[in-house]
Amino acid sequence: MAHSEPRFHVPAPHVRPGDTPDFSHIDIPPAGEAKRPDTAVPGMETRDLALGLVRVLDHNHQAVGEWDPKLDAGVLREGLRHMVLTRVYDDRMLKLQRQGKMSFYMKSTGEEAVAVAGAMAMSKDDMVFPSYRQQGILFARGRDIVDMMCHCISNSRDNLKGRQLPVHYTWAEGKFFSISGNLATQLPQAVGYAMACEYRGDGEIAATWIGDGSTAEGDFHGALVLASTYRAPVIVNVVNNQWAISTFQGIAAGDAPTFAYKGMGYGLASLRIDGNDFLAVYAATQWAAERARAGHGTTVIEHFTYRADAHSTSDDPSGYRPKGENAIWPLGDPIERLKQHLIGLGEWDEERHAALEKELNELVIASYKEAESHGTLHDGPLSPVESIFEDVYAEPDWRLRRQRQDLGV
Amino acid sequence: MAKMNMIQALNSALDNMMERDPDVISFGEDAGYFGGVFRVTANLQTKYGLDRSFDAPINEAAIMGMAIGMAAKGLKPVAEIQFSDYIFPGLDQIVSEMSRIRYRTAGAFTTPVVVRTPCGGGIRGGQTHSMSPEAFFTQVPGVQVVMPSNPYDAKGLLIAAIESPDPVIFFEPKRLYNGPFDGHSGGALSSWANHPKGEVPEDHYSLPIGKAEVVREGSAVTIVAYGTLVLVAQAAAEKAGVDAEVIDLKTLVPYDIETIARSVNKTGRCIVAQEAPRTSGFAAELAAQIQEECFYALEAPIQRVTGWDTPYPHAHEWSYFPGPDRFINAMNTVLEA
Repeated sequence: MAHSEPRFHVPAPHVRPGDTPDFSHIDIPPAGEAKRPDTAVPGMETRDLALGLVRVLDHNHQAVGEWDPKLDAGVLREGLRHMVLTRVYDDRMLKLQRQGKMSFYMKSTGEEAVAVAGAMAMSKDDMVFPSYRQQGILFARGRDIVDMMCHCISNSRDNLKGRQLPVHYTWAEGKFFSISGNLATQLPQAVGYAMACEYRGDGEIAATWIGDGSTAEGDFHGALVLASTYRAPVIVNVVNNQWAISTFQGIAAGDAPTFAYKGMGYGLASLRIDGNDFLAVYAATQWAAERARAGHGTTVIEHFTYRADAHSTSDDPSGYRPKGENAIWPLGDPIERLKQHLIGLGEWDEERHAALEKELNELVIASYKEAESHGTLHDGPLSPVESIFEDVYAEPDWRLRRQRQDLGV
Repeated sequence: MAKMNMIQALNSALDNMMERDPDVISFGEDAGYFGGVFRVTANLQTKYGLDRSFDAPINEAAIMGMAIGMAAKGLKPVAEIQFSDYIFPGLDQIVSEMSRIRYRTAGAFTTPVVVRTPCGGGIRGGQTHSMSPEAFFTQVPGVQVVMPSNPYDAKGLLIAAIESPDPVIFFEPKRLYNGPFDGHSGGALSSWANHPKGEVPEDHYSLPIGKAEVVREGSAVTIVAYGTLVLVAQAAAEKAGVDAEVIDLKTLVPYDIETIARSVNKTGRCIVAQEAPRTSGFAAELAAQIQEECFYALEAPIQRVTGWDTPYPHAHEWSYFPGPDRFINAMNTVLEA
């Protein structure tokens, strides 16, 4: 029989299924309040930023304070377009997965700003080591949608020859590293890559993304040790979307006040920002990139956001969190907020937005049609079967040659 | 030609490669300023600078991950894991990442890291400084696994490993670092200076990965060994007066089945040897493959000479170590059959 009081501390979320969604315990400081220090500031002097919350868009959707990146309306519209495309693509891919067109899918709903604004604030020559929920980077960097879909349905045009689960993209031309299903492994890799950038002296930097849950992995801490020791030009993005599958962020956070604050233990510049605020993500990334390029080392950015949908197509959130949380998330929806900001500037309107959604929906539908013309997972054509034995090594050795013969291909 | 022990030969390989190729860099725990606890990376920092030979924090996973990231950018990292017993925190990075980057990116990215790591017992290292974990890595598609048995091979194979387009786990049998070892624990330490494989060119040369060598010709029985046991097997054959053919495997992945099969088809008898525990060791793979290739030539069951299925003990080290007597017993068994 369960004890009424646990004999040791196990953190639990404030509400569970059946409860009324409630985020009243989350302290949201006003937008525009956070100071923006010089990018050369010693890491330890960012303590207030690691504990606070950098916000630019206020409740009236106006850009306020020192962190306002003061972007042209054209850049904002571009960001909006990438975010809407990400959402439309995700929604369509979910439907297609439910129709059995692919084995698996992971949406990024609610987190579009983290990936899109982050990518846009960096140079396209900078290397990214994403986690599995940053497909927005691919849109921001202009990857062909048909190619992305061909990967997800593992057909003959899949650039990964059908070897990876859907959404585990690689795009070398877009400086987008291979996504691993093993969590946090990309963290020390990104640091090593960034060190190699300095070694080459080519001005390139690296960025990586990790979820709140995965910060518990040793690779996160090992990477921060390396980043601190070698002062690597890398941006470590912690996407705190509150949920690691069914596990709330408190299980990884422990008694740490914020995920950004973990960077303080390594003396790294650390920012906690509103991850649903396109302008805040853009500004923080721009700050961190400038700091890295100037030789001042690594920045840890905690993107405070909310995973608005299931972890993956294999997950059902109704088993562990109340329905309707998404609707009352205190930091709103990133697309809606940027849209309202643009409307407030007189640079956008509902008609244009509806037209954009329609255009991108049609684009995604047409793209899928084209993708399927290169084959489907169930009916093919797939990559040739003999490709199983390719790329294990630069050249197959006798074992692989014989095993290919054994398979009869 | 210079006389070198295995430490000097490995150092010479790193020196040659760092001189030739600015993309080659070396790092590990104590491997920078101090030159490594076994001195394999000695003087490299002085000669090539802090950013080419440096100390790493004590985090094997981070060391492996850092090396992978560097390799993805085109550098040729040679990362030292201080003892192969310590490699396990880095296993996820090796097994799930380094080995598969070429495959899972369909060749768009490659991460040809060289992981150097001292292995094996016979140095009073106890259970945490004596392991031979090579078999774990032979289960990992995408990495090559190498273990030399002498200074000449060590240098040529390390250079080949650094020049390889694929990752290499490079095991250095530390019992052989300072001299050849015949398995007789009580005797005086002999010197590589008196051994033909202690003659090592100072200039660059490489030996092919995947190629074994018949180091003692014979017709009565084939002994397949690698690392320290190559020397022990040779000494045992001498002591027993058996006309044994000894094969130094050198590379475990991909292993040289041609050389093995040619020998076993000739002798009709075979012993496979490893210092690691017996169950699921690399000798088991060799025995399985040899019986597939040579079943009708075999006149006796294949014998294994291995460590016990126990951790490596400290006080009873020499009762664990597969020494000459265990080889002689195995030879008697296969020759009697």
